[in-house]
Amino acid sequence: MKTNDLILQTTTKVVLFIIILFSFHIFFAGHYTPGGGFVGGLLTSGAIILLMLAFDMKTVSQILPVNYIYMAATGLLFAGGTAAGALFFNVPLLTHAFGHVDLPILGDTALHTATIFDLGVFLVVVGVTMTIIQTIGEDE
Amino acid sequence: MSLLHLAIISPFLLAIFIPILYKLFRNIHTGWFVLPLPILLFSYFLSFISITSTHKTITESVPWIPAIGVDFIAKVDGLGLLFALLITGIGSLVVLYSIYYLSKDKEKLNTFYVYLLLFMGAMLGVVLSDNLIVLYTFWEFTSFSSFLLIGYWYDREKSRYGAQKSMLITVLGGLSMLGGIILLYIMTGTFNISEIIAQAAGITENPLFIPALICILLGAFTKSAQFPFHIWLPDAMEAPTPVSAYLHSATMVKAGIYLVARMTPVFASEGLWVWLIAGFGIATLFWGSFNAVRQTDLKAILAFSTISQLGMIMSLLGLGAAALHFDDVKNSFYGAATLAAVFHLFNHATFKGSLFMVVGIVDHETGTRDIRKLGGLMNFMPITFTLAIIGTFSMAGLPPFNGFLSKEMFFTGMIRVLELDIFNFETWGMLFPVIAWIASVFTFIYSMVLVFKTFTGKYQPEKLEKKPHEAPMGMLISPIVLASLVIIIGFFPNILANSILSPALESILPNNNIDVHISFWHGFKPELFMTIGVIALGILLFLTLPKWKRVYDFFPKKLTLNRLYDNGLELIQRASNKLTKTYMNGSIRTYLVYIFAFFIFILATTIAVKNAFIFDTSNISSIGFYEVLLALAIVIGSISILFVNSRMTAIILLGAVGYTVSLFYVLFRAPDLALTQLVIETISVALFLLCFYHLPKKRNEERNRFKLTNAIISIGVGAIVTVIALSAHSNKVFDSISEYYVENTYTEAAGKNMVNVILVDFRGFDTLFEITVLTIAALGIFAMIKLRMGGKKKNENK
Amino acid sequence: MEIVMAFVIGILFMSATYLMLSKSLLRIIIGTGLLSHGAHLLILTMGGLKRGTVPLLGEEASSYTDPIPQALILTAIVISFGVTAFFLVLAYRAYKELGTDNTERLRGNEGND
Repeated sequence: MKTNDLILQTTTKVVLFIIILFSFHIFFAGHYTPGGGFVGGLLTSGAIILLMLAFDMKTVSQILPVNYIYMAATGLLFAGGTAAGALFFNVPLLTHAFGHVDLPILGDTALHTATIFDLGVFLVVVGVTMTIIQTIGEDE
Repeated sequence: MSLLHLAIISPFLLAIFIPILYKLFRNIHTGWFVLPLPILLFSYFLSFISITSTHKTITESVPWIPAIGVDFIAKVDGLGLLFALLITGIGSLVVLYSIYYLSKDKEKLNTFYVYLLLFMGAMLGVVLSDNLIVLYTFWEFTSFSSFLLIGYWYDREKSRYGAQKSMLITVLGGLSMLGGIILLYIMTGTFNISEIIAQAAGITENPLFIPALICILLGAFTKSAQFPFHIWLPDAMEAPTPVSAYLHSATMVKAGIYLVARMTPVFASEGLWVWLIAGFGIATLFWGSFNAVRQTDLKAILAFSTISQLGMIMSLLGLGAAALHFDDVKNSFYGAATLAAVFHLFNHATFKGSLFMVVGIVDHETGTRDIRKLGGLMNFMPITFTLAIIGTFSMAGLPPFNGFLSKEMFFTGMIRVLELDIFNFETWGMLFPVIAWIASVFTFIYSMVLVFKTFTGKYQPEKLEKKPHEAPMGMLISPIVLASLVIIIGFFPNILANSILSPALESILPNNNIDVHISFWHGFKPELFMTIGVIALGILLFLTLPKWKRVYDFFPKKLTLNRLYDNGLELIQRASNKLTKTYMNGSIRTYLVYIFAFFIFILATTIAVKNAFIFDTSNISSIGFYEVLLALAIVIGSISILFVNSRMTAIILLGAVGYTVSLFYVLFRAPDLALTQLVIETISVALFLLCFYHLPKKRNEERNRFKLTNAIISIGVGAIVTVIALSAHSNKVFDSISEYYVENTYTEAAGKNMVNVILVDFRGFDTLFEITVLTIAALGIFAMIKLRMGGKKKNENK
Repeated sequence: MEIVMAFVIGILFMSATYLMLSKSLLRIIIGTGLLSHGAHLLILTMGGLKRGTVPLLGEEASSYTDPIPQALILTAIVISFGVTAFFLVLAYRAYKELGTDNTERLRGNEGND
């Protein structure tokens, strides 16, 4: 799929960052406002797909040399690890811990192990979506 | 999580790293990385002896699924410790032995040690958990790892056959055991063994008591290869010899015995328990030893011998259970039968382990295990020969080895059956000592066959693949250690008495105060004469073996249990194949018609019979202008998909419906859903287009002809779903549980977005599985596209 | 509104079933897509519509919409995406290997199993 669409390409360059930043925002804010790992992951993959549409697959895989299957596996490991990790603290599977920490610049910050779990979801979603798109796109 | 739990799961943890270590250090035998663990665990468990020998137990609990009473309770008591020491001790020796047995250049060591560690952890879990569900989980893990280890050389037909057979039989028993566990739970309301034992007196009258007993025994009998389920064990000998020594003689097959011993305080009040265990045990003892004599493969002899010895321990445990019927446990001899069982359990592990290793050495150094080809190896392998003598003589029950001691105790137990006057033992009890004695004669014969046919007689170099020579030192260490144990315990049996045997006895027969003292010389008692008789008749029959061996020909070859198993399996496969073919004709449409027709039928009947259709308009929300508009858009979109012929239009229409649905989510106050649906729809459409971008144009746009049957079925489905949607809304059976989430989202999970908190916290398990499914889908897609058969495809594309 | 939705859901299910019973693989896949939309809306409708505000505690409202159906649907949406993608690639591969997306011609022949 070789396109030569200048307007799309230029717009993509700008929009891409907005989408990705927005997806990160949505991911982290997920515990309080709509969002979370699923939507965040899907938005990020949407951004990468947009990049693929604007340029072509080869270029994108050169810019982002990520093995998406590994990414999905890492995500599973994160989520599974957070779930199993609870066992080491004598609490049932999947019990999360949370607390507030004073960080130097950010001030009072709420930290939550559910975020690690959600990060796993995020990685799996991005990994899976991109694996699907990439394998089909590269086929020929 | 205590150190004890860590000890149980440490083999699993190490197993994760084995493939990595194997890849990184190809020059070092992977076994060396494994070896430290069982040694470490062995010394760790040794430290418990000081605690259990004062009849105390240690219990550590970790909540697992507290909601249904399943907690990972690790409990060390005498019985568990005895097994744990066997598992780790023999485990260390087996790992050491396997390092020399399995070549690092030819074998896939990574898988071997992963399976072995899996087994070790699972077995430790079985003997150290106090919770029956946890025990069951580990129990199935041992079946599973045994399956993998038997099928280790999976390119051999016989390995696969043996693996499948062991899996089918032991898992059958395992499932029945699960049934028994659940029945126990229904009766007592707990899965914890110690609590069940505490309630044992109250449940004997329960109608579920006997079914539970039978179900649990079925699990124990299949695992411990009791007649008639013993047929899997000889076929399991296809596993590498270290595995046979470890799983199929010293540890895993004793799990059934462990279970029987563990459950004795619960069930012993029932006569059936005593009868079944003693009866099946003694039958197995006889049948195993009788069949061992006619085997020609060294490992097959050992397999049948293991079966018979397991039967012997089983029968002792059965009779010993009768002890709980007498108030004065201390002075009754039944306690002695249990003591004999525990003692022989230990002895069997030592001499059978060393014998398996000896046979492995013979196999390794000569290339065959067939006693018709072997002979005269004494001069080539003097050390191995000595080890074999020690092992077999102990097995045959000759002094001064430990086998002699436990055999004497076994005879004592059997003779005393004559005095037993409960459960109708007066009438049939006679049979026990008689069968026991005959079986011991056969045991003597096959022991002699094993050692003398291999090491003495005529040396036949032309039949051997290799020129025999003594095994390397590394391979000899493990059997030497075991053989020296055989001798040491033979001379000083009481070093075990108070440290290991007495605490184990305490777990089987609580509050017994049995004085454990094993003596070598009992005086001229019947037991001694029985042993002398065994030796005399045994020698006679061994020397005349060729003359009477034809006895075995009288047994029909077509009516064996193996035949029954094979034919049964084939019959089941053929029958299910036939049944499946009647409705699976390969057309997706037919299947869907079945499914949908059934869907309509079952739901329509249920609604009609239960009178479930309720139409209540009192509690409905208002209808807005936008909502009507969106509803119309969905209706028009989905119906017009039916009539378009162009693929592209259909895809776009699907997308349109999807976006409309996401707008609905906005209106229905589900922002998370709206966001997700919006993005998913975009990606889906891109995916659809991407897939069909590559495809050639449809050659002739086939017209989608209208089909009446399809239309009727689909209208039926639509109507049923509408009825359900209406009734479901009008008919609230109970209040929504959403209040719980509203109240606890912030306090329990420190979040404010309820949907997200439910996903990652309250119902995190769902999400975990969901992303697993997603990953599997991605892997499937990856495999379909990237991994294809050969180069056939390329030509077609051109 | 719930009554209107019940009929919309019924129509979605009807179209989905009709599409799934046709021979073309692509139409079957589109059918499953419609079916999942129908199922999601069904779950949402069952819980009652437009009661209270969005399920965010930050809104500090007196009543919230039931969050459980939403969580269930969110899971279902993502799963159905995975399944649809899998189907799609299956159809695509079948099309490329065999040159047809007609399920009647994909049946294979007897004795070939």
